[in-house]
Amino acid sequence: MRSYVPNTEKERQEMLESIGMTEMDDLFADIPKDLRLNRPLDLPKPMSEMELRDLLYDYVSMNDEGGPLFRGAGAYRHYIPSLIPQLAARSEFYTAYTPYQAEMSQGMLQSLFEYQTVICDLTGLDAANASVYDGATAAAEALLMLRDNKRKKKVLYAASLNPNVVAVMKTYAHCAGIELVEIPMTDKGVTDIEAVAANMDGAAGYIAANPNYYGCLEPMDDISAAVHAAGGLLVAYVNPITLGVIRRPGDYGADIAIGDGQPLGLPLAFGGPYVGFMAATKKLMRNLPGRIAGETTDAEGNRVFVLTLQAREQHIRREMASSNICSNQMLCAIMASMYCCTMGPAGMREVAEQNINKAHFLASKLCALDGVKLRYPNTPFFNEFVIDVKNAEEINKALAKYSITGGLVLPDGGMLWCATEMNSADEFDFVCDIIEDTLDSVGGEE
Amino acid sequence: MAPNDRKYTRDHEWVMVEGNVAKMGITAHAAEALGDIVYVELPAVGDETVMGESYCVVESVKASSSVYSAVTGKVVEINEELDGAPEKLNEDAFANFIAAVEFTEINEAELMNAEEYEKFCEEE
Amino acid sequence: MRSNYKLIFERSRAGRRAFDLPACDVPSAILEIPGEMRTNEPLKLPELGEVDLVRHYTNLSRRNFGVDNGFYPLGSCTMKYNPKINEELAPMFDDVHPLLDPEMSQGCLALMRDMECMLCEICGMDAFTLQPAAGAHGELTGLMHIRAYHEHRGDLERKVIIVPDAAHGTNPASAAMAGFKVKEIKSAPDGGVDLDALRAAVGPDTAGLMLTNPSTLGLFERNIKEIAKIVHEAGGLLYYDGANLNAIMGIVRPGDMGFDVMHINLHKTFSTPHGGGGPGSGPVGVKKHLIPFMPVPRIEEKDDGELYLSYDKPESIGKIKSFYGNFGVIVKAYCYIRSLGAAGLKEASENAVLNANYIMNQLRGTYEIPHDRICMHECVVTPTEEMMANDVHTSDIAKALIDRGYHPPTIYFPLIVHEAMMIEPTESEAVETLDEFVTAMKEIAAQVKEDPAAVHAAPVTTPVGRPDEVTAARKPIVKYEW
Repeated sequence: MRSYVPNTEKERQEMLESIGMTEMDDLFADIPKDLRLNRPLDLPKPMSEMELRDLLYDYVSMNDEGGPLFRGAGAYRHYIPSLIPQLAARSEFYTAYTPYQAEMSQGMLQSLFEYQTVICDLTGLDAANASVYDGATAAAEALLMLRDNKRKKKVLYAASLNPNVVAVMKTYAHCAGIELVEIPMTDKGVTDIEAVAANMDGAAGYIAANPNYYGCLEPMDDISAAVHAAGGLLVAYVNPITLGVIRRPGDYGADIAIGDGQPLGLPLAFGGPYVGFMAATKKLMRNLPGRIAGETTDAEGNRVFVLTLQAREQHIRREMASSNICSNQMLCAIMASMYCCTMGPAGMREVAEQNINKAHFLASKLCALDGVKLRYPNTPFFNEFVIDVKNAEEINKALAKYSITGGLVLPDGGMLWCATEMNSADEFDFVCDIIEDTLDSVGGEE
Repeated sequence: MAPNDRKYTRDHEWVMVEGNVAKMGITAHAAEALGDIVYVELPAVGDETVMGESYCVVESVKASSSVYSAVTGKVVEINEELDGAPEKLNEDAFANFIAAVEFTEINEAELMNAEEYEKFCEEE
Repeated sequence: MRSNYKLIFERSRAGRRAFDLPACDVPSAILEIPGEMRTNEPLKLPELGEVDLVRHYTNLSRRNFGVDNGFYPLGSCTMKYNPKINEELAPMFDDVHPLLDPEMSQGCLALMRDMECMLCEICGMDAFTLQPAAGAHGELTGLMHIRAYHEHRGDLERKVIIVPDAAHGTNPASAAMAGFKVKEIKSAPDGGVDLDALRAAVGPDTAGLMLTNPSTLGLFERNIKEIAKIVHEAGGLLYYDGANLNAIMGIVRPGDMGFDVMHINLHKTFSTPHGGGGPGSGPVGVKKHLIPFMPVPRIEEKDDGELYLSYDKPESIGKIKSFYGNFGVIVKAYCYIRSLGAAGLKEASENAVLNANYIMNQLRGTYEIPHDRICMHECVVTPTEEMMANDVHTSDIAKALIDRGYHPPTIYFPLIVHEAMMIEPTESEAVETLDEFVTAMKEIAAQVKEDPAAVHAAPVTTPVGRPDEVTAARKPIVKYEW
């Protein structure tokens, strides 16, 4: 048994005596006796490192995760350059707390300032915060930004947003008294812009995803025009890995850009930790929630980074703060920044192009099979797309036999497929062969 | 010294009434207590203010304070200079108003003159 | 030596590259994307070779201070040692996609289920959700349970959350975000909840009380049973802010004290590293009557023993995060609990309390101790009148500590103690570390008398001096222009 307590029994006894006590129990005299547990906690027996390692392998072996993956839907398998986990493992970074003492936290603060700059450059906006928990909570926080900035309690959102993001927005909106209005999709799988215009009355703005949950690229310029014509603000929920090729939110006039930074060098890790990024125009900077790093100087004129604009935050404004966020996802933010700086402009373009190429190749191969159809054939997509096929469940079962994870089966029976730079042409051939066999054996013809 | 040309509240705001418009700001005493003011969250023209309720927030590095309205009415003018130069409130709080409000209600009996306000500050 | 450290953007040279992808093995499809949706301009990102990238971040890390660098008694943050084995084991799950079919992710689901059970036992609660990503996120989630509880009973007038003035800022902020009004009550002179003030504050509008126990002063709330009774009799629920759980593991449980709902900071009590500001993890525990409102999905077991994610919870508050929580953090905390077991956790708490009392005792006479009684895992001290007469304040002492190789305590919190320094040593510090820290604190006290200007000049050993925070806030520069 161990507790990472270095002091020996003898030392502990001496310490107790130095404060006039004889046993550990004396320290807890303030706790009423009848409330105390008075028995050992009922927990599994302690373990050595060796035993713990074996135990964790047991859990790992209950998973079946290593094979080819064709599933995204909000979390994506991309290649993570090895320098990212290695550098993030510098314990000067990861064993630090929030950088309250700037003089001894310049490493973290400068890294954050660099992260904010990277996010601004990716999104084409003026200011970014130091992160929130994930993409969904970024969307929820964006609702509050819209409410506070426009002083209106109605917000429109696209039906084509990721349903997990919508679910989190609804949870927060219920508490904040914000009315959420869903804007339907057209049969092309994108925002019904007329419905946006028709519902903007009294609304603070519109939250749209690009690409959306179904993989489709939205007509963001037209959406932006419709929202701004009605005096609203546009929030663009984007997948950052697209931005090496796809136009940036700032390019089409988005006022706020948000999303999940997981594709930028963060492992899948069964759903987290990821990182929610938020960027905004200069006008909206003070509406951003949470920590923000800023540049200033010391008395000698050296450049110094600090946490700034703190009077917006919970530790100062308390119940008047627009968000309660305190700890965010700092280390994940820095990993995302490392990823972008490792890839550079050429690498970000290359990875985006490879995703487009692979997804389109896979889509064309799948749709060459009898009984498989692209749901939105005339709408551009990035690395995800929906197919309509009978027997989606059977297809995934057949693929699972080879430890392959196929597209996500949607509630309506369609399949949402994803391909990234991690998938190879050989995998596409193999997957299509299995699907063809499955459709043959269960009768996939319509 | 608090100027004689205006009235004062117990929350350390000043109010200068001309016709049905009240110009309002914070006192030098309030500005000093706040320290270096870094941001003034101004109301918008057209906003309604309610007597005794917050219409503006003033921030220092480590604090934020509500500024309460001495009148009920509608904001007709704001001091936009404070947006880029909040330090003006530290330099001369009495020379820099925050907002002018066309009011429908004011309780003059609750307000102090300069002498009374100085005494109030000393006692507080 | 003080100097500017170049930003990564200032190191960029056109054409340099560090990325390396295999050649694409399928045809280009870029023209499938209409021109008006594409950008032709390259992103404005730095271009560096790999070695320069690595040196940039490695040297940045040397301008930072973590628990691995030295003593970090940051009160309320429980900066205990972060075991290395846990860092090594957690990435074993890195490749698991959150939307795998459940039969392919049974290991992850089992680990989470087992973690929930252990947290229930440690805290005396009936169920836990691991979904919240941090302490404040847990608070918000917990308060949503309180709101849902009253709403489902049709008790719609309960819109007030009572918060002591000693509370963390997140408490009132979370309550407001959950849609409540906040009523702050003053603390009693002994630092505890003022029972009369509490009795006066509760009523038919009371939704609940948020409490940290031990309090933010590091003191155990001796009247907790009476507090619970007052709140429950008024029809409210009791929320436990778990920030200070490290004082009481295996000794007393929030559930047994009468709390209905609580959160834990895994990055404090259960040793997961804080990452310089996150990721954390803020699991929420509830008593039986709040189980129907827990966030979806819940991990449940089929008859054949297979685990699955259940979304069929009509009274649930909904989802509060995209997936199931900061799983990677949860794994580390799970490893910690399995390493220590029941006796280890109790030993951790006992020694955390011992270390705090040891420091407090050593500082008595040199610094003021505004609430001088047995403390729990942290103690609050202040400069003496004499120090402040020399114009030396808490922030100056903090900066002087930096020069002596320590991370300062939490300063100016709790708000109810003027010039507070909140010292939380944690159990993982050896007695000689505590002694050396006390010596440093005494040296600083002596220096205040002899040479206060030297204390004002601190820190002098850091790569930069005290920052001009006023200019940073007045003229914010939040990104690099290039």
